[in-house]
Amino acid sequence: MEEKKLAIIATKGSLDWAYPPFILASTASALGYETQIFFTFYGLQLLKKKLALEVTPLGNPGMPMPMGMDKWFPVLGLTLPGMQGMMTSMMKKKMKDKGVASVEELRDLCQEAEVKLIACQMTVDLFDMNTSEFIDGIEYAGAAAFFEFAGESDICLYI
Amino acid sequence: MADFDQELDASGLNCPLPILRAKKTLNAMGSGQVLHVVATDPGSVKDFDAFAKQTGNELMESKEDGGKFHFLIKKG
Repeated sequence: MEEKKLAIIATKGSLDWAYPPFILASTASALGYETQIFFTFYGLQLLKKKLALEVTPLGNPGMPMPMGMDKWFPVLGLTLPGMQGMMTSMMKKKMKDKGVASVEELRDLCQEAEVKLIACQMTVDLFDMNTSEFIDGIEYAGAAAFFEFAGESDICLYI
Repeated sequence: MADFDQELDASGLNCPLPILRAKKTLNAMGSGQVLHVVATDPGSVKDFDAFAKQTGNELMESKEDGGKFHFLIKKG
């Protein structure tokens, strides 16, 4: 069987959106795919050694809220200080209770499976990001480098 | 349930962990050896079927018993 290839662009830096790229990449590796994830803009947050990812109910009518909070807390209530932190800890607890892996664990599994993690150099420069805050074993490159792999890929996802 | 060489308890784990753990365990096993996976994630039924088809391993048995899902996978 010839090895298939999966190319992913990860653009989002929130706790909930951290999952799709790492779940798909680690699973693809287990299925024998050669996999690369290109992290750009807010997606770079997923490469930090110390992850500080949060979820926000703001602008997200699809997010299930506990105790019918969305009914008696209209949008303004969701902007209260501390609401985002509370939603984040509730989400993390729920994930743990349901046996969902942490983002760190899935990221480790991806690295173990030799998924290539590439940070967008332009984003690093744009936001003056300190590369010492990123995990080891990642590469820095640009759009042309992404296409070198993506152009040969069987599946290409923008997340 | 037929004989097996190794067992993996993936109870309580959710997608994609049962598959990833199974893959890791299979990596350390020899061709023709059989892995018995126990899982509680209902999604794992379709996932192990798809996993076997795509990786050249054989899903010999897949069944539910007492709220748990059992899979026998023969390494290809």
